[in-house]
Amino acid sequence: MSQETGTARVKRGMAEMLKGGVIMDVVNAEQAKIAEDAGAVAVMALERVPADIRAQGGVARMSDPDMIEKIQATVSIPVMAKVRIGHFVEAQILESLNVDYIDESEVLTPADYINHVDKWKFKIPFVCGATNLGEALRRINEGAAMIRSKGEAGTGDVSNAVSHMRTIGGEIRRLTSMREDELYVAAKEMQAPYALVKEVAETGKLPVVLFTAGGIATPADAALMMQMGADGVFIGSGIFKSGNPAQRAAACVKATTFYQDAKVLAEVSRGLGDAMVGINVADIPVPHRLAERGW
Amino acid sequence: MKIGVLALQGDFREHLKAVHDCGEEGIEIRRTTELDDCDALIIPGGESTAIALLARTYDLFAPIQKRISDGMPTYGSCAGMILLADRVIDGAPGQETFGGMDMTVRRNAFGRQVDSFEATLSFASNSLNAVFIRAPWVEEIGQGVEVISSVTSASGVTHPVAVRQKHLLATSFHPELTHDLAVHRYFIDEVCK
Repeated sequence: MSQETGTARVKRGMAEMLKGGVIMDVVNAEQAKIAEDAGAVAVMALERVPADIRAQGGVARMSDPDMIEKIQATVSIPVMAKVRIGHFVEAQILESLNVDYIDESEVLTPADYINHVDKWKFKIPFVCGATNLGEALRRINEGAAMIRSKGEAGTGDVSNAVSHMRTIGGEIRRLTSMREDELYVAAKEMQAPYALVKEVAETGKLPVVLFTAGGIATPADAALMMQMGADGVFIGSGIFKSGNPAQRAAACVKATTFYQDAKVLAEVSRGLGDAMVGINVADIPVPHRLAERGW
Repeated sequence: MKIGVLALQGDFREHLKAVHDCGEEGIEIRRTTELDDCDALIIPGGESTAIALLARTYDLFAPIQKRISDGMPTYGSCAGMILLADRVIDGAPGQETFGGMDMTVRRNAFGRQVDSFEATLSFASNSLNAVFIRAPWVEEIGQGVEVISSVTSASGVTHPVAVRQKHLLATSFHPELTHDLAVHRYFIDEVCK
């Protein structure tokens, strides 16, 4: 019996198993344990959460392998880690560490301002950020097995997550209403491969799982994004930059499952303590917005 | 017949689609009232820790255990297999399962995501393409458990990956991720009837 690893189905299928769940940013094994105990479906291991990257500045890079391995040894759920955009050697290193998913992330400082990583070359699946459908399809064309709307990481301001999900959803709906002979120009305009544009026009959805990220700080934010059509939620700074991480983490998990039940949402929103302080996206000069990174 | 799919987390929509494609009625289960309303249950793929925690928090845990022990036909894929096992190896500390099947299941037995694979498998006189994702295998079975399919791991040891005990069916793999309905049909035609 032949067994084939690293296939598109296996990579995309992994993301299917995360649906309806919350993936939490953690910076050490203790936080990873809190996340697992709260019901996270995966953790994202990184050295600084986006809010700290934003506050401290400097070049943000792949995490220390020691730290990633400690987290892998601590939790039984999948462990993801980030590489800089275009930094395929960081990706090779993460693959050798057997992380479960690689996030080619705009939150880190880009290594290549023209190209992204050729993700087909890896057995480990990749998730990439997107602000619109064209960007999502370009990443899928490069081999991404999962997409997350970017939002604006490290702000606690959900507005960009909302606008990116609305844009992606709206563009998909627009494609499904087009005549077949209009799809060529649509592909040209959104700078995406025609075959993927045609597939989306036919199926009415992305060919991979679509999570949301960037600015989700409360259970209500998580439920908002789920009602807008996200398959699941990444929460970065929102949990461990808040007053009571364990309780907030568990509340966000419940809100992601019961996103249509306002009574549950009210219940889990009670007495959570301080949310992360947050920054209005409008106050961040455009060149400092992480969502602008990606080509 | 109404088939409930536990919809707390994971790929429950894919299972619902398979149920519909088999011509049966499927409903999402998040509440005990919805559970009361169904004749059979599917526990989807996902993270077994998260699903168990949510079931516990929203008072579904004991009712599901009761329905299983009362004979409700139940099928679990991957995380669902773990949740149907009486015993789990390599689980999270204190990890709970609904149980019902007299077997020991090893969680993430084939390895991490890099080891996830597809393979052609024989399942009850069908040949099907099976997708294994951070999959468990069955380490040990009690007397009443029948092995339907097995896989030989990289180390050369053969482990059951599809098992049945009376009204309970479990697979390590995800038939809901393919268009092949053989496993769902087997559950509906052989296990539920």
